[in-house]
Amino acid sequence: MDFEFLFSTMKALLEATPTTLGLFSLSVFFGCLLALVIVTMRVSHNAFARNFAKGYIFVFRGSPLLIQMFLVFYGLGQFGVIRHSFVWPALREPFVCAVLSLTLCTAGYSAEIFRSGLRAVPPGEVEAARATGMSGFLLLRRIIAPIALRHALPAYSTEIVLMVKSTALASLVTVWEITGVAQRLISQTYRTMEVFLCAAALYLLLNFIILQVLAILENRLNRHHRRPTERKPSVMTALFGARP
Amino acid sequence: MEFFELLGFGAKGWGALILTGMLLTLCVTLASLAIGALIGALIAAAKLSDIWWFRVLGTTYTTIFRGVPELLIIYLIYFGGSTAVTAIGHAMGIEGFLGMPSFLAGALAVGLISGAYQAEVYRGAYRAIPRGEIEAASSIGMPPLRCLRRIILPQVLRFAIPGLNNVWQLSLKDSALISVTGLAELMRTTQVAAGSTRQYFMFYIVGGLLYLVLTSFSERVFNSAERRSNKSMPRGMGQV
Repeated sequence: MDFEFLFSTMKALLEATPTTLGLFSLSVFFGCLLALVIVTMRVSHNAFARNFAKGYIFVFRGSPLLIQMFLVFYGLGQFGVIRHSFVWPALREPFVCAVLSLTLCTAGYSAEIFRSGLRAVPPGEVEAARATGMSGFLLLRRIIAPIALRHALPAYSTEIVLMVKSTALASLVTVWEITGVAQRLISQTYRTMEVFLCAAALYLLLNFIILQVLAILENRLNRHHRRPTERKPSVMTALFGARP
Repeated sequence: MEFFELLGFGAKGWGALILTGMLLTLCVTLASLAIGALIGALIAAAKLSDIWWFRVLGTTYTTIFRGVPELLIIYLIYFGGSTAVTAIGHAMGIEGFLGMPSFLAGALAVGLISGAYQAEVYRGAYRAIPRGEIEAASSIGMPPLRCLRRIILPQVLRFAIPGLNNVWQLSLKDSALISVTGLAELMRTTQVAAGSTRQYFMFYIVGGLLYLVLTSFSERVFNSAERRSNKSMPRGMGQV
């Protein structure tokens, strides 16, 4: 084992980690916001909005992310209208294109996850809240959102891990994140296994940390469902008996 | 009518190439599903085993192949495989660099990933079999292999269909990544067509639509398979 090579590989990959994390956090943040809009449309009573959301979800879940990314990166620049507009300086950047396509894609998946969370809200609770005169935003904030969030969180954690992996595709539109740098190292040195092991370890570590954070969040949100923990009798009680 | 000329089947048309690419996408995904089924069954058996280091092995496999980006695994198989093939070539006296066949590398890489997901599907399906049925089989003296064939496999396959649908959809979309190895599947042909005609937007839209055709068509196939396999069962919750 060539530890010097492993060390330099790890160093090169660690330098690319902020790019991966940037892609990930920006697209998860904007994707979550967009998903909330889409899911609101999906469950609305307006037929046009509902069908638009259905179509959106169908298109973005049914086609590969790579083709969506290429469509944004190569396709949009083809139009003079876009090239001469104010968004062009941003859309010219591969990083912005990658974040945009990751956001659009994850919004489709997340919207479905949020919808399944909404379906887990018992109608009785909403009726009870309405009966006490709660409505609108207050109802959403106090009753619907907490229950829906709790039910959607496990599936959403899976989606977030998938997003960490999806950021790898940004390397194909020339963003130098972990996989891109790894690919460059592989084609320069032909030492596939060592580079792969380093990059894989890095991704597994990232996913592990993110999953731990989400597990803590899930645990906190479900606190009221746990059985009260039995307190162990303290040393004093064990020695001298319970106080009257 | 440049649109129809470019997409048609004439001399300047890319239609035939793109449809061939679509067929190749279907083939490579089917091959990876088959490879994944074999790996998935083995890993599921390892994860359900009574021997602790089998369980550790299974868990390690699923953690790695579900936690590492697909693109990275494709690079590993393609470049790693090519290095191995070149080494074998040198041993046999063939000079120079030899590439691994991209179909094989792609199907193997996507198959390894699909195997990790399929292992979880099969494990869940096995768990869904009532324990009493397996106990009943062994109490009347049915040997384990016959129990596997008569009791376990038919039910595992039935319970696994919805999960396999998910895995298939994932693999179909992962197969687009095989384009980095140069295999002329749907993604790659779309890319080549877009690059050489400079009609990026149109060709990527068409490629995306063809992927949508593949995913929605296979969704139908899986749904009808699920209905068929549940024909003799009472209707329960969450059935199509």
